[in-house]
Amino acid sequence: MSVVAAEPASGPVDSLDELVAQRRIVVCCGSGGVGKTTVAAVAGLEGARRRRRTVVVTIDPAKRLADALGLAGLSDTPGRIEGDWPGELWAMMLDTRSTFDALVGKYAATPEQAERILANRFYRNISSALSGTQEYMAMEKLYELHEEADFELVVVDTPPTRHALDFLDAPRRLSRFLEHRLFRMLMAPSRGFVRAVNVAAQTFLRTVSKVVGGEVVDDAIAFFKAFEGMEEGFRQRAERVNELLAAPETAFVLVASPRRDTVAEAQFFADRLAEAGIAVQGLVVNRLHPSFGSPGDGRAASGEATAERARTLQATELGALYRNLAELRTVSARELDHLGGLAAAVDPAPVVRVPFLSTDVHDIAGMGELARYLFTD
Amino acid sequence: MDHDEFFGASRLVIVAGKGGVGKTTVSATLARAAARCGLSTLVVEVDGRSGLPAMFGRGELGYDEAVLSVGGGPDGTADVRARTLTADAALLEYLRDHGLSRLSKRLVSTGALDVVATAAPGIKDILLLGKVKQLERAGAADLIVLDAPAAGHAITFLQSARTLLDTVSVGPINAQARDVLGLLEDHRRCQVVLVTIPEETPVNEVVETAYSLEDRVGVGLGPIVVNGVVPEIAGLEVDPGEAAERAGVSLRPGEAEALAAAAAFRRGRMALQAEQIGRLEDRLPLPQLRLPFLFTTDIGPADLDVLAGALLDGVDALAGLPI
Repeated sequence: MSVVAAEPASGPVDSLDELVAQRRIVVCCGSGGVGKTTVAAVAGLEGARRRRRTVVVTIDPAKRLADALGLAGLSDTPGRIEGDWPGELWAMMLDTRSTFDALVGKYAATPEQAERILANRFYRNISSALSGTQEYMAMEKLYELHEEADFELVVVDTPPTRHALDFLDAPRRLSRFLEHRLFRMLMAPSRGFVRAVNVAAQTFLRTVSKVVGGEVVDDAIAFFKAFEGMEEGFRQRAERVNELLAAPETAFVLVASPRRDTVAEAQFFADRLAEAGIAVQGLVVNRLHPSFGSPGDGRAASGEATAERARTLQATELGALYRNLAELRTVSARELDHLGGLAAAVDPAPVVRVPFLSTDVHDIAGMGELARYLFTD
Repeated sequence: MDHDEFFGASRLVIVAGKGGVGKTTVSATLARAAARCGLSTLVVEVDGRSGLPAMFGRGELGYDEAVLSVGGGPDGTADVRARTLTADAALLEYLRDHGLSRLSKRLVSTGALDVVATAAPGIKDILLLGKVKQLERAGAADLIVLDAPAAGHAITFLQSARTLLDTVSVGPINAQARDVLGLLEDHRRCQVVLVTIPEETPVNEVVETAYSLEDRVGVGLGPIVVNGVVPEIAGLEVDPGEAAERAGVSLRPGEAEALAAAAAFRRGRMALQAEQIGRLEDRLPLPQLRLPFLFTTDIGPADLDVLAGALLDGVDALAGLPI
């Protein structure tokens, strides 16, 4: 295992280099299709290059990238990727279900309690059907790898959620769910006032049964009964996960593409993080068109001026060349406009601009190519 | 292919694709194009927050139905309307319609909705699709475009009816799931239009999604929409310096280099996308409708018209529908 002297740092940084070199946790967030997973993988690789024992947790990598990272399928434990770097690079693809199972195992009072829960049909639905569970398990995994598995750098990719930042709420939401009032009432000892409440709950459940069927409700009740006594452990764990997310050794990197809708969503992410008292520590903007300006051109290099020239020269061979240049300059200017607002919103976080790459990143060589844009050294 | 025949293939069109490929743009384009053919159109969104209203030059959508554009058809009729559905609202409406409004209040006040949704996975999706089915049955518009959740989830979403039939074997939800399945499997009532962009990973994913949807859900697939295709320009091979000399034009310093670099970039993009479009053709035997990249970051009403025109041109060139 490599030893790194760098102390976990906090506060604003000048480059993403500092984040992967000094922080203990890097969370990549952004809307779907902007290249979060790829950025996470490259950040992990960079950590290993900087002699750190690094693990990348991905959620839903494209198949070829998964293959390159040696991720044949979902798993609960990271696998090591061998390569030409002084640190260590490990990777795993999050399996919500087995992460949850392990957590149940950890907090169950007895192996029998764990078994009862794992066999329950309602429990088996939670990992796929309860929204926020995937987000929670991603954060849980991050906590576990950080606290218990001795990784110096944990890079995590967040689920492509439309409900921005579900993963910040997820730990609390899940513990609230597990402590569900209705079912607490149902399980409370049947005397006096509590008994009356209990009867009301029973009536309510009977009606729910009419809609979705009695079996389904029975499963749910059996689950909450089996789970009894574990809520506190889960709740405390969720608190610790939340604390870690807000800790100075954790950095959030926002990934976006320069279109109106994804920029709006990234802006929303930044605002939500700010509400939670967390600053964005880096912004990566993927898929930018080159601007094709020549230095000192000023206004002459604007899309409009170039389009004007294309019209004047349309009868010549230069017409097509200018039309193309005008289109590309126009889109580049618009992209930079959108980007400007977002960069200002996350100021003083460093902004990294990644041009449109001619091939998708799906191997270590491609990741190295992208690293040239993300990192300065 | 005739425009009426194209839009008449099914009243409901479900638009699906992975995040970032422009699903909402394609939903808006279909709506705009249908309106131009004189069809009233309703766009249904399930995710909330989207760029749809801005494409029609409108502000944020509320949860009530809103008119996005008035009278887009040849005779001044054919509005485009939009509404956003949420699973919670659909469940409450469902319970109300089934005489269980007291229950619905309790579900909300106790937060038991999550418990119910977990107990019966797919119930939220089925309620959304149930609502869409109701709109389809009622003929809420000549064409209903459902802007589906992003890809991975689209399969789960459309599969929810089957999943639910396994868990809930009786009762009104079971009946609802059966009705939805009936709609999805009836290719004359519903088809799925998959969206992709001409890049490697999105092409791989759309092929995978197409086969999963056919095998696991049994839906009918309409043409694949390839969005963001950079329009071809001829004459980008010429050397700018030499062309300027032949045209007797003088170029500013650096201008020849900028022209050459931009031309090389465009040629590279055109070659890459041609390769990916070819790969898609080889791997997926579905007709393609291609929408141009418009060199903008914000689709507005004028852009939408260009896209709708391109879509209709593409329809003209189609030999027939896959289903």
